Amino acid sequence: MERIELFYWEGCPSHPEAKELLEQLLAERGMEVEVELREVRTQQEAEVLRFPGSPTIRIDDRDIDPAGAAAPPAMTCRIYRLPDGRVSPIPSREQLEEALR
Amino acid sequence: MSLALAEKAPSFTLPGVDGRDHSLDDYRDADVLVLIQSCNHCPYVQAWEGRMKAIAGDYASRGVRVVAASSNDAGNYPEDSFEEMKKRAERERFNFDYLYDADQSFARALGAERTPEVFVFDRDRRLVYHGAIDDNRDETAVTTRYLRDALDGVLAGDEPPVAETAPVGCTVKWKS
Repeated sequence: MERIELFYWEGCPSHPEAKELLEQLLAERGMEVEVELREVRTQQEAEVLRFPGSPTIRIDDRDIDPAGAAAPPAMTCRIYRLPDGRVSPIPSREQLEEALR
Repeated sequence: MSLALAEKAPSFTLPGVDGRDHSLDDYRDADVLVLIQSCNHCPYVQAWEGRMKAIAGDYASRGVRVVAASSNDAGNYPEDSFEEMKKRAERERFNFDYLYDADQSFARALGAERTPEVFVFDRDRRLVYHGAIDDNRDETAVTTRYLRDALDGVLAGDEPPVAETAPVGCTVKWKS
């Protein structure tokens, strides 16, 4: 694993919580990889970056939620599903753990 | 700037997903009126939606009416169009009125900034609580139920234990 990027839009309040969870999991695994924060400011940027909502996390350019990555680019809060089916504005711990394997 | 505590509820007449127009005066019989700035697409709204329904159901017999409205720009957020609101209300079996604020005057009058954002009005339709539904989007981690506590307080003739909290959610999507 070489690169972890967290794309966010300031209009959605979820990215600090997502970053905190991601960094916690990295620390638990002793992984010294910096989470690169990348702000998306315009719809045009969202289209160029294929940004389906905030937060979007890519590990070595691969979205941690491939299904959600297929949504149209948008300046919005991204929807994730928890293992029990509930909606969440950030990925679940389990989803991030799977992506970090 | 949000409506201040003790200020009167703004008048409105908005179409509902039930095909009828709804105005502030239609809720005159309610002892307490809860207005929720809401929408379809926001994950925070969706995370709290079950609690919105539970509160509407639990307090209906105690004279509380819950009314949600979406003001989001449907041009840029088509999931928040009136047609999609109707579909969501039916699919999720909303037990509260869900109104469409196409010109965003409702949101502006409340000074709403987030979805979901709650405004509770007493019998005289003065604002007694403003903010979040509770203190965690994750229902399993909630420790303080602001809205329920406020309703219990007002219905008992007291002040809400907490009158203002910071709403957490998506921003209202204003038209440019």
